[in-house]
Amino acid sequence: MSGPSTYKPSTGIEKWLDSRLPIIRLGYDSFVDFPTPRNLNYWWTFGGILAVFLMIQIISGIVLAMHYVAHEDYAFDSVQRITRDVPFGWLIQSMHANGASFFFVAVYLHMFRGLYYGSYKAPREILWILGVVIYLLMMATAFMGYVLPWGQMSYWGAMVITNLIGALPFVGDAIREWLWGGFSVGQATLNRFFSLHYLLPFVIAGVVGLHIWALHVPGNGNPAGLEIKDPKKDALPFHPYYTVKDGFAIIVYLMVFATFVFYMPGVLGHADNYIEADPLVTPAHIVPEWYFLPFYAILRAVTFDIGPIDAKLGGVLAMFGAIAILFVLPWLDTSKVRSMRYRPLTRWFFIFFVIAALGLGWCGAKNPDDPVPLLGFKFVYLAQFLTLYYFAYFVVILPVLGIIEKPKDRPASIEASVLGNDKS
Amino acid sequence: MTKENGAPGGHGEEPTRRDFIYIAAGGAAAVGGGLVAWPFIDQMNPAADTLALGSIRFDTAQVEEGASVTVMWRGGPVFVRRRTEAEIAEAREAGLNSLPDDLARNDNLGNSAPAVDANRVLRPEILIVKGNCTHLGCVPLGPGSNTGDYDGWYCPCHGSHYDTSGRIRRGPAPENLPVPDYYFEGGEESTIVKIGLSPEEAATSGWQESDASGAVA
Repeated sequence: MSGPSTYKPSTGIEKWLDSRLPIIRLGYDSFVDFPTPRNLNYWWTFGGILAVFLMIQIISGIVLAMHYVAHEDYAFDSVQRITRDVPFGWLIQSMHANGASFFFVAVYLHMFRGLYYGSYKAPREILWILGVVIYLLMMATAFMGYVLPWGQMSYWGAMVITNLIGALPFVGDAIREWLWGGFSVGQATLNRFFSLHYLLPFVIAGVVGLHIWALHVPGNGNPAGLEIKDPKKDALPFHPYYTVKDGFAIIVYLMVFATFVFYMPGVLGHADNYIEADPLVTPAHIVPEWYFLPFYAILRAVTFDIGPIDAKLGGVLAMFGAIAILFVLPWLDTSKVRSMRYRPLTRWFFIFFVIAALGLGWCGAKNPDDPVPLLGFKFVYLAQFLTLYYFAYFVVILPVLGIIEKPKDRPASIEASVLGNDKS
Repeated sequence: MTKENGAPGGHGEEPTRRDFIYIAAGGAAAVGGGLVAWPFIDQMNPAADTLALGSIRFDTAQVEEGASVTVMWRGGPVFVRRRTEAEIAEAREAGLNSLPDDLARNDNLGNSAPAVDANRVLRPEILIVKGNCTHLGCVPLGPGSNTGDYDGWYCPCHGSHYDTSGRIRRGPAPENLPVPDYYFEGGEESTIVKIGLSPEEAATSGWQESDASGAVA
């Protein structure tokens, strides 16, 4: 999308640098003069917000690693020491722990944006797939990071998730011991999780680089789902139009973040994680962090054997399948129309998909055998119904609706979508 | 291979020394890559000192009838339970076809031993099983709190019920609680149990051992 570079080195040193390492030119073409559709709404600001939160997590994490002790006897106390004794440790630890949640809030909004506006469709399939890779890396990083404080939920969350691997036929037990480095979650597990938790954010940063590269080849999608035809009419330079818009969104988002960091730093955590890990006592009700709850619900929704696959393996396959299916989404949606603004039927199925995802999160937080308020039946049945819808949305609804749905008329151009069709 | 400097090669022609070098170098690189990768994969497996902590000794005389004591072995819980006459009878009455998992899961026996109660214990009154639910690894509750519908153990995480032989009877857990290698040290009269070693292994190995004390009654 970027076309010929318009960068003109003005000073002597810029000219000298530009003929040796044109890095200022790269930055200028990518973030200053980059032609960006003029109709982007606030749903498009979460990319910038995510970049900010990746930096917050890396910087606060590096600082925490200077005080944290990755040992089963000291890890819990070292985190308590950080929050009580280390100067501003309470602030940095709170930023890091809450930052993870705000990172996931932003990534989920970013993904729903992509689902609604068809951001995964040609020619942006690789861009979408790289995004799913980043999401998977985020989940792995967050999971291992949550183990590090070595509280009861840390330990038992790690126990439950690593035991999922044991469901694999034949090799499951060997792989589980290999992950643990022992016969249970223990010192070896904690130490390697710390190492990988430090590594993965930099891998994420690398894939983010590819993600932005893949974004800058076709350019941004937009709410109208149209490509830029005439950059002079359809596009605006990224700076100052979108640096300011993104900047405003980042400030608002950081204000909400600060509210949590300062006024309710523990509200997203779990009380049981203030009890040190005890391998002999399981908490009454193990729940993952909120951002994993929908997948936890899908895992537990499979309570029956499917042919030769027993319920445990079936649950594991369903859980990983729920993420894996995102990789092939660009080829499941048969509609050529990107934006659901112009897909009157699909739009409703999408809205119900969002409700299903939130509902699965609710099911994941509850005991499967408890009754659903007002409805009366058990949560596990609600989870099964919503799991069915989750998969049906991808493998039935999107493929079929693309063929049978009659889309609404779309504007002639991005400019027309903003200014009306009459101005031609 | 492409023709360079007039050298023969490529499809349909006699293989040259260059072809040989090409294949040999590629093969050596593949094998070398595997040889480098293996240490980096294998280092994640349990280390020698972890393996060395493989056995413990425990005096079963501390366990009262009807009670279960949880001992720490290999970083996880092991249940040592002294069963009552009624519990033994209950375990013996269960038919194999009423068991979701009909294998004994006893490290002291072969893989195909059936899950009859006699294959789960050395002495009828002492039952020793690993204390992690075979579903997702939680520690099931036992005598003193909640023994579930089959009077053995109940896992609060996802509702698995185990019987008085530690066998899964209902719920999502796929397998019976496994029985670790163990034997009574010093013959018939002894109450001292060695967990983590079979008698044959004990005779031949120089593994370290540690004394375990009961944790939860």
